[in-house]
Order: sequence, then structure tokens, then C-alpha cells
Amino acid sequence: MHAHSDQQAAPVKPGKAAFYDVDGTLIRTNVVHAYGYYAMNQGTFRGVLGRSLGTLASIPAFAGLNIVDRKVFNEFFYRYYAGLSEDRLLTLAEDLFDDVIKPAIYPKAKDLIDEARRAHCRIVLVTGALDFTMRPLARYFGADDIIANKMQFVGGVATGKVIPPIIEGANKANVIRDYCEKNALALNQSFAYSDSASDYAMLSVVGRPTAVNPDLRLRSLARAYNWPILNVR
Amino acid sequence: MRPLKTLKKLYDEESHIVITEKGSPPRVLFYGEDFLLEDLPVGTRVVFPRPPLEGVPNLKAAIRYAINHPEGMDPLHALLKPGMKLTIAVDDISLPLPPMRTPDVRQTILEIVLELAADSGVDDIHIIIANALHRRMTEGEMKRMVGEKVFDAFYPDRYYNHDAEDPDGMLEIGKSSANEPVVINRRAAESDLLIYVNINLVPMDGGHKSVGTGLTNYRGLNAHHNAQTIRDSKSYMEPKHSALHASTTRIGHVIDEKMKVFHIETALNNRMFDGPTDFLMKKEEDFTEVDRLKFHAMKYSLTKLPRPMKRKLFFSIPAAYDVIGVHAGATEPCHEKILDLCWKQYSVPVEGQSDIVIFGMPYVSPYNVNSILNPLLVQVMALGYLYNLNRGVPIVKKGGVIIVTHPLYDEFDPEHHPSYIEFFNRLLPETRDAHKLQHKYEREFATNPSYVHLYRKGNAYHGAHPFFMWYWGENGRQHVGKVICAGAENNHVPALLGWDRTDTLSEAIEEARGFMGRSASISMVHMPPIMQTDVRL
Repeated sequence: MHAHSDQQAAPVKPGKAAFYDVDGTLIRTNVVHAYGYYAMNQGTFRGVLGRSLGTLASIPAFAGLNIVDRKVFNEFFYRYYAGLSEDRLLTLAEDLFDDVIKPAIYPKAKDLIDEARRAHCRIVLVTGALDFTMRPLARYFGADDIIANKMQFVGGVATGKVIPPIIEGANKANVIRDYCEKNALALNQSFAYSDSASDYAMLSVVGRPTAVNPDLRLRSLARAYNWPILNVR
Repeated sequence: MRPLKTLKKLYDEESHIVITEKGSPPRVLFYGEDFLLEDLPVGTRVVFPRPPLEGVPNLKAAIRYAINHPEGMDPLHALLKPGMKLTIAVDDISLPLPPMRTPDVRQTILEIVLELAADSGVDDIHIIIANALHRRMTEGEMKRMVGEKVFDAFYPDRYYNHDAEDPDGMLEIGKSSANEPVVINRRAAESDLLIYVNINLVPMDGGHKSVGTGLTNYRGLNAHHNAQTIRDSKSYMEPKHSALHASTTRIGHVIDEKMKVFHIETALNNRMFDGPTDFLMKKEEDFTEVDRLKFHAMKYSLTKLPRPMKRKLFFSIPAAYDVIGVHAGATEPCHEKILDLCWKQYSVPVEGQSDIVIFGMPYVSPYNVNSILNPLLVQVMALGYLYNLNRGVPIVKKGGVIIVTHPLYDEFDPEHHPSYIEFFNRLLPETRDAHKLQHKYEREFATNPSYVHLYRKGNAYHGAHPFFMWYWGENGRQHVGKVICAGAENNHVPALLGWDRTDTLSEAIEEARGFMGRSASISMVHMPPIMQTDVRL
């Protein structure tokens, strides 16, 4: 009778993960740069001109919306992708990485991720950018997963709508919680890294939040809650 | 009449002790970045440091003599061969305290050794700061330590901080007789010759501890930087009574067997203050009117300054240390000679222990140069350093009371001590048990990628360092019955440390007497400057 309990396996210790916001945390660019790259690479002169001028004209609106609400900004912004073909977006994603994203990676960002890997963390990028633009970056960092926004395609053409839930602000915390549950990871042992106070929810949902290159609001929050503050620039 | 020799011995043994009488002057005590001036109860024994020994008259000549006449090894010039790989390791900013006036003795030694190496055709030279898990020194600090000439020639590619977390930068060269892993900086381990340039401020430093501790990593330090080893060390300052030193010696034997190490060790006198602050080197009985005026002016001015400015002010005053000896060669014979000099400077004979011992707490420890003496560091200063500055027998009796004077503010430097903040706020409320802290949390902190990153790329102490600070106080914690912080400005910090607090020193003495009895004996150890009580039972 007792033999059975003696042979019981020790409880398996749950794993842990490190979740990284991307724009401003690991790289200098943001979603607008990515779209700008697509706009400039439309193939036809009319396409380039139309999309580039449209993007330029909308910059004040982008800035305003980004301040007011990141979710509304993303929904509004991704409409600009409407009509672009899936094949072209995927092909250009590799060039986008080489031409725009790679040169914008902060010098110490890779070290930060390597250190988490050595600490046996699963590496997950959590970003409001579109998933296909982030795949080459995830490969470069050796990330295990990407949690990013997904563009809706109909008949191989982007509709400009993002498949919900939109990854931003409070939703980042929800998806991180779900991700940990699904993958048997300990949320309280996991790490999150972000540069912006808009990711406050993502940072506070994990047990080990860290501010990276923080903006003023996040810096003061990090000081108040005794979160470590890193600089990977 | 007594013969001169006996009189000299009497003077030597008794001139450093003053028993407080009715008309005795009040004593100056450090109180963090401020000073206190306090009357002590009649009968209090005040122990003063020895006056500074004379420095060597010609430092460069002393260094040259040492490297040409080393202990137990060939002279340095005979070890240098064209085309060889040479690494020079130097102690970090934790020594000496406060940083000494420029030129730092490390600069003088490096300039001589590098010239010799160049003349011998040695070009492949790296200079590594042996900071172990301490913070990386900043560019400005590195420049100050070695001087512009060496800095410009070697920084940043060939003059850098040791990185204990570099996955490719460490090498296990063997195991000690007690199966302790001997892990050393790869560049140093793979060099044809390692020269270690050290500063011995206290007998704890130097010897086998230099390479085995300064150039190792978390795994290497685990062998002796743990709760049990520290608990088993009667005093860190008396290597013969220290389990810590027994471990570093075992590790050092492996290093000496597998690597060629040439030590250049130096000892300093205790001239911490001179010029406008020279009165801090005197007994209050010897204060002149000018000294009293200077002290009161300084004390008053400090009360008017914000704390960060006071820190800046103190750290801008370098110490006027003189080098009292240089020895070179093999680890043990060279270190023995330096230890003799250290004891000659620091050892103060004291007859018997006391029930209550008072320490003034200065603004600086080995771990907060250009930073804040946070609560964990006040703890390590009280129970790790001040308590341990003895020769195997502490000045406070078993179960006695230590009184320290410090505001004990809840302030941490997030750049230098980020992991301390979490340790203090998250772990100490749960437990103060060093063993529990070690087994439950040390690894988690040591491998926390944010702390690793801050150690490697920023200027932060390693994630495991606050644990070492807590263990460092372990033998003191086991020995004393109570610690009272006089002048602590809040309740929660002393409570988290497990200490009592009072508003004033008089109240602290009253409380200590209540604990130990009305007839309790009291001593005040008048530091800084540094001394070590040599207690005879």
C-alpha cells in the first residue's frame, strides 16, 4: 500500500517564459515603418505614390490615435493594408527585415534574449505588429513563439482587418495569461519586458516585470514598483 | 624606573585605549553621511586606531625591488618571454576605501610592469579588473584607477571588467581537495602568466582569495560564499580562524598548480583623512580649538545639504593612504609578509570583551563606492565587517549588544543594487534565515536574466550579491544578542533587519543596559580609520 506512494513521481516544476514587447523594446522601429516599407515597394509608380502620400498625410492622425488609444490606432492603421496581396507581403517581409528591422535592432537586445534562454525561459515575442513582419525577427532572436496581430486575407488579398483579439495594451496581458496556462508555464515565475507604459498590463500580469528603455511614465511606474530598469540601446 | 623597552611596550598596548571619565570630551561618531557628537557613560572603553605607519619613501623603487626579489619565484623579468600571453588582474573599486588619491598604487605598479613587459617583447597583454560578481566599474572609474597613459593604450579591448556571466569566458580548471569547482576567467586561465596586482586594506584580502574569488563566477563562489561557511568562520579577518579562507586556500592550491601566477601585493597605512578632515584621525582629547571649529562647521554644513549632495561631497574626498609595503612572488610567502604589515598597522591590543559595543557607521562600504549605503549594506557593515574586524575573538561578548549609529534610510540605488531592492522588499519580510534564503531563492536571483543583463551590460551587482551580503552578517548574527540602530529614521527598516531602533545613542545605551544588566561593560570602537581589535581573554 505504501509502496505505491513511494513510487509517486515528484511534481513536475512548471516552466517559465520571457515575454518581449518588440517596438521600442528590442528594435527602434514600429508598425508604421513596416507599412511605410510596403507602401514604398508597391511595384507600380502609381501604387507607390498613392500609398506613400496617403501614409504621409495620415501621420498626424496616427500620432493622435496612438496617444489616445493603441487599440483604435491599430484598427485604423491596419486598414491601409487592404488590397495588398498575401504573397507580396510574405515575400517582402524578408526584405523588410534585412532593410528596416535588422539595422534597427538595439545593440544589447540579443544578449538580453540569450540571457533569458540560458535561464531556461521560453522566448516569446508579444507585439502589436503583424505576424508575418515579425517572423524573420523571431528567427533571428531564436524566439520560440510570436504572439502578434494576424491580418485577415480573403482570396489571397488583405482585407485590412485584423483577426481579433487585437494584440495591444490589456489584451497582451490576457494572451500572456492564456499562453502560460496552455503551455503549463508559471506566470509568477515568468518575465516580461517592455518600453512603454501602454504595456503596464503585460508587465504587471507576470511575476518578474522589467522596464526596458522606458518612457517617462513607465520609468516612474518601475521606480514605484521596484521593477528593474534596463537599457539595451 | 622602567626600562625604555617596557615603557614602549606599555605605550604601544595602552595608548590606544581611553577609559571615559567625568571630564572626558564627547566622541565623534559617523552617522552615515553625517556626524554625531555624543557623551559616553563614565567607564566606557574607547578603542582608537593606531597612528598611520610611515609609507615607503620611494614607491617605484619598492615595487621594482619586490618584482626583482620575489618570494618563492623567479624575478618577474625572468618570467617574461617574447610572444607570451600575459594577463594582469587588478583589484576593483571596492579597494581601498574610500578610493585613494591618484596615482592609485595599481597605476604605479602597472606602469612599471607594462614597461618591463614591453622591454621583454611581450605584446599580448590584457588587463582585467577582478570584480567577480561586483558591479562593473565605469569608464571614468577605470581611467582614474590606472591613469590616462595605461587607459588610452589598453581600453576598451585590452582593459576591461571581468564578466562572470560570459558563457564563453569562463573555464573550469579543476576541482579542489573538497570537490569545489575551480572556475577562472578563460583569458587568465589560458595565459602563460597571470600577474595579480592587489591592495590589502584588511587581512581578509589578498593571498589565495585574489584569483580564486576575483576572477571566478557564481558557481565558483558558491563553494565559500554560502551561509554555512560564513557561519563557520570565526573571523574573516583572521585567515587561520576562517572557513572561508580554508576554502579559498584549497581552491588557490589548484590555481597555483594549474596556472603560473605572480602576485604583487601591497599594504596601505590607515591615513584615511588629512587636510581639512585630518581631525578625524585624532583622539578627541587631542583636538585643538581649530579642530573643534572645523568639526562643528562640517557637521553643521552637512545637516543643511541634501543626502545625494553629501554623498557626492564625501566621495569627492579621496583618502591619503600611503603604501607601507610591497611584496611579490608566489601566493603564500608573499601574502604572509603583507599580512604581517597589515597586522602591524591595524591590530590594537584590547584586554577582554565587552557586553555592549558601539560602532559609528560611515557612509561607505566596499559595495557602495559612488553610491548609497542601503539597509542591506548597513547590515553587512555592522555584522559582517565592523563585528569581524578582530583576530578571531570578537570584541563583543557572546549574546552581547552591538549599537550602530546610522539613519537606516530606505534608499537603494537602482543602477548599482537592483537585486537588493527585491531581496529587501520581497524576501526579508518572509524570512531572515540565511539557510532558507539560500536554498529557496538564491538560484532564482542569480539566474534572473534581468539581473544578469544589468550585471553584464550595466553597472549592477550580480543577482546573487544581496544573498552574499546577508550571509556575510551570519556569524555576527549568530553571536550577538541584539543589534540596536541609534538614530534610525524609520521603524520598518530595522524591523526587517531584525534590529531594534532608538532615536538617540543615549537611549540605545539605556536599552542595551536594560538587556545586558546595569553593570554591563561598554566599549566604543572609534572607526574609521580602520583598525582590528586584538582581544585577549
